[in-house]
Amino acid sequence: MTVTAAFFYLFATITVASGFMVIASRNPVQSVLFLILAFVNAAGLFLMMGAEFLAMILVIVYVGAVAVLFLFVTMMLDVDFAELRQGFLQYLPFGALIGVVFFLEITLVIGAYIIDPALVRSPSVPIPSPDIMTNTEALGQVLYTRYFYFFQAAGLILLVAMIGAIVLTLRDRVGVRRQNISVQNARTAQDVQVRKVPFRQGL
Amino acid sequence: MNSALAIPAFAPVLPEIILAVGVLVLVLFGAIRGERSSGIMNVLALALIGAALIAVLMLPSDRIETMNGSFVIDSFAKFMKSLTLVASAGGIILSIDFMRRAGIDRFEYPILILLSTIGMLMVISSNDLIALYLGLELLSLSSYVIAAFDRDNVRSTEAGLKYFVLGALSSGMLLYGASLVYGFTGSVSFPTIAATLQGNAGFGVIFGLVFVAAGIAFKISAVPFHMWTPDVYEGAPTPVTAFFAAAPKMAGMAMATRVFIDAFPGIIGQWQQIIVFISIASMVLGSFAAIGQRNIKRLMAYSSIGNVGYALIGLAAGTPEGIQGVAVYMAIYLAMTLGTFACILSLRRGNVMFETVDDLSGLARTHPVIAFCLAMMMFSLAGIPPLAGFFAKFAIFTAAIQANLVALAVIGVVTSVVGAYYYLRIVKVMYFDEAVAAYDPMPSGVRFVLALSSAFVVLYVLIPAPLTAAAGAAARSLF
Repeated sequence: MTVTAAFFYLFATITVASGFMVIASRNPVQSVLFLILAFVNAAGLFLMMGAEFLAMILVIVYVGAVAVLFLFVTMMLDVDFAELRQGFLQYLPFGALIGVVFFLEITLVIGAYIIDPALVRSPSVPIPSPDIMTNTEALGQVLYTRYFYFFQAAGLILLVAMIGAIVLTLRDRVGVRRQNISVQNARTAQDVQVRKVPFRQGL
Repeated sequence: MNSALAIPAFAPVLPEIILAVGVLVLVLFGAIRGERSSGIMNVLALALIGAALIAVLMLPSDRIETMNGSFVIDSFAKFMKSLTLVASAGGIILSIDFMRRAGIDRFEYPILILLSTIGMLMVISSNDLIALYLGLELLSLSSYVIAAFDRDNVRSTEAGLKYFVLGALSSGMLLYGASLVYGFTGSVSFPTIAATLQGNAGFGVIFGLVFVAAGIAFKISAVPFHMWTPDVYEGAPTPVTAFFAAAPKMAGMAMATRVFIDAFPGIIGQWQQIIVFISIASMVLGSFAAIGQRNIKRLMAYSSIGNVGYALIGLAAGTPEGIQGVAVYMAIYLAMTLGTFACILSLRRGNVMFETVDDLSGLARTHPVIAFCLAMMMFSLAGIPPLAGFFAKFAIFTAAIQANLVALAVIGVVTSVVGAYYYLRIVKVMYFDEAVAAYDPMPSGVRFVLALSSAFVVLYVLIPAPLTAAAGAAARSLF
């Protein structure tokens, strides 16, 4: 039990601390790296609750794809983060208000569970206990059978996204010099001119 | 542990499967053949739609649920699916010549139309909120792309972007409403929701219902969620506008009917007032805002807003007669819309398309046949007997009066009189104003669509029985 508690406090502390560093850090690249740290530790917390599928998805999708994309964007775009941060004090009251509302909502939801457990309705497909079946297995059992139709529909939607991106952005640029190997191979010695280039003058 | 589930019946989903498999093959074919393939691609896409239409008509008429209760077919689904497929075919036929002349005849256009059509068929057959949402997203995402299909044109890209941003907002509202409905009824399945909500709806369900209604109203461009319509209709390439005015409207009205009649029949008192308000607002805005329009595409946008308002009267009635009215109205609206857009697409001289009402001036002298067809469309849209549009409005208003919504019917009649002004002004401009230079001859595809829809609109009075009977069977299958 103490080991579990120790791990919980380890993950929780690092998550909160790196979450703070995401907004406190001056260097945007460091911010994204702290974000990754927060994600990984949150995944650790999920793992401790027996939600191993969520933990792995968090690592694969958020760390592997989203955060790396953020990293690319912050490195490639010349965003002046110091300038973005200037309105910080101005937005502080508003941000704090949203934070308070969010906190109250979470308290209400958890409070409702504690006060009246009857409020919790049983879902049509109950989640099996982790002792019987891991939740990856539970998801796998319904995703390709019961929810087969939705899975295929989602696949078509992704296909539309791909076709749409290509239709709207792919262009054949004119004047691009591409390597044409057959032309290169067919070139004879007469086609090649060897010129003497004068030093510091060029052609 | 391996709990074997029974494989669901695939036969009812055959039209969707035909289209989905066909699309995948076409994508591959287009990618290999490259840009040269757009001509054959249109033909193949039309063949696929034809095959899907045959598959829809071959389906049994009784109610069948499959895909673990997420998918349902009944006579109503069959009727609306047939209309949608016809509308999509019209969208492709009207586009062929236009896209080639505009230099945007890329092979992805028919593919995106087909994908959007799959979404529409899924929406029409949805039997739970998840299937509804997925179908709607498939339909909408393809629409956003084809709105911006003329990507080098600022107006077209603006239309696509505007449609995308507002559409994403409305999808969010629909999802929020759906999650509330799920939370307060404990199920996403329409029959279960209907069984849970018998007469006593809590505040939470009604709150969710309002958001679902808002999301649906956006898709059918009903007031107050119509703001995107004129801009998108004006900016998108004209065949795309024709497609938007036809096919998604069919699916949207079917979706509204399916959600309100299938999932919330027990609380009709709650949603009836929402539909009545949306309907009145759409009819009033559709008729008054169109008066000042000079651009025909914008005018048709307001006209479609108004027409959705009329169709919603039938839904507000919530009776089998009302739903029959909706089905008849949408079928006739489809013919009128495709016919009108075929006329708009024929206003071309060289590489310039003409889109304002003044360009129609004296059309009766230069192109008497087109002018006659357009005049018939306009008389029909205004609801003048003996054209088809009169019978559409008549069915709707009769249903409203039978359901004791007399005030709604009266407002409908008054706004259609106001609307008649701008429809008849077009006729006046064509027949009594000075003639401008002649336009290029009509492309054959456009001529085909115009001939079919004009024949339907003019001759409907002689043989109305098949459509009315089919619509009646469709409506009864919901109750």
